[in-house]
Amino acid sequence: MTSLRTPLYDLSADLKARFTEFAGWDMPVQYSGIKHEHHAVRTAAGMFDISHMGKFFLRGQGVLAALQKLVPSDLSPLQPGLAQYTVLLNPQGGIIDDLIIYYQGTDTDGTERVAVIVNAATTDKDKAWMREHLPAAMEFEDGSRDRVLIAVQGPEAIAQLQRVTAEDLAQVGRFGHIAGTVLGQPAWLARTGYTGEDGFEVMVAAATGQALWQTLHENGVTPCGLGARDTLRLEAAMALYGQDISDNTTPLEAGLKWLVHLERAGNFMGRAVLERQMTEGLSRRLVGLQMAGRNIARHDYPVVQAGEAIGIVTSGTLSPTLGYPIALAYVTSAFAKVGQTLAVEIRGKAYPAQVVKKPFYKRSS
Amino acid sequence: MALEFPDDLKYLDTHEYARVDEDETIVTVGISAFALDQLGDIVFLELPDVGDTVEKGETFGTVESVKAVEDLKSPVNGDVLERNEAIVVSPEQIADDPYGDAWLIKIKADNLEDLDDAMSADEYREQVEGG
Repeated sequence: MTSLRTPLYDLSADLKARFTEFAGWDMPVQYSGIKHEHHAVRTAAGMFDISHMGKFFLRGQGVLAALQKLVPSDLSPLQPGLAQYTVLLNPQGGIIDDLIIYYQGTDTDGTERVAVIVNAATTDKDKAWMREHLPAAMEFEDGSRDRVLIAVQGPEAIAQLQRVTAEDLAQVGRFGHIAGTVLGQPAWLARTGYTGEDGFEVMVAAATGQALWQTLHENGVTPCGLGARDTLRLEAAMALYGQDISDNTTPLEAGLKWLVHLERAGNFMGRAVLERQMTEGLSRRLVGLQMAGRNIARHDYPVVQAGEAIGIVTSGTLSPTLGYPIALAYVTSAFAKVGQTLAVEIRGKAYPAQVVKKPFYKRSS
Repeated sequence: MALEFPDDLKYLDTHEYARVDEDETIVTVGISAFALDQLGDIVFLELPDVGDTVEKGETFGTVESVKAVEDLKSPVNGDVLERNEAIVVSPEQIADDPYGDAWLIKIKADNLEDLDDAMSADEYREQVEGG
């Protein structure tokens, strides 16, 4: 099967990007180099082609109420123009996907308009799940293949985007979003991201996306690939679906308790399991690890303590910002306290590590 | 920009290079410019200690980029005479001079015939650029 290409593929190829197959898409993994791109996002502005992500548009009466049954987060505070990061849960409390629900507004006839952005690798699974569990009368449009989505991230991201849009971006708060224009063409801009920096994610038609990419590049925004996206999100301790969270991990185990609103979210899918975990406690938790030396803990490496396997690394890298290796790992709850020393087994040898606070990196402003 | 593959080196299909010294007893091992270009930013190197024995075709260390871990294979049987401490401390500089300052280890080779099946620069260039 040939891989899908986003409308920005040729522009990335022109920039000599290196590509990799990701979730069925041929995606840029790096342009100038992961570290360089990473630092550009931390200190200036970078842009990512994330057009491969799943983009659903739901329209109908009671869309939010129906979604509420599938997620543990209280959706009632959502106003038009606001978004909620949350997770789809299966009956076992496991995470089907993490996603963002954007409430766009309600028409005079009561039709609610909601956009949902999901992971590329889980687009088909999520679509099937939502269509099965949401009202059949609801309109479900899948824009995953044709819309361009560009993330512009970094301390200079807002200023850079302000040059190409008439909307006052400063008026859009964190997790806010607006329908407007960029380069005079219809666009939808959301103040969300996956880097730990401020910025927007911009959805536009293919041709507008190509023009936006080129304009931002000419204005000095650094093109960034999936490699830097991964190191940036890991420093910010944001979970990567399929690695740090999965169908077999609950949001409580994954450190996403802030998404679980048991008092307010009603009788959502998987609730009983989360309630039980709250009462009985968790057997394992996702923790942040800092390696004592230079050895890098990577996905699937065992975590050990006194010779016993007590966990598994889910993500790990050398932090470009901090200069030392960091990792996320599930460990037995007894060893999950900040300050706990343990070890990661790397190619047969145990290397010391310490449980540290998440996120590893937090922007100062 | 074309990648360089010096003519005086031998290359393995696993992208290590071998340079035989003038006395024809010591083999300097490093990583080809092609492999470094493919790997991207190098963040970690693990090399054997001086005095360790290495075996032809066997793993003697690892190189890690931001994204990937790759084994390093020895081109010959022998003993490690020297390892490049400077590059272990600053692995990010490896791509600046892969055939010069950024060598990895020097091996006292048991038998240089171990290199007979390694590739010439032309053969290696053909392999990495030809296909």
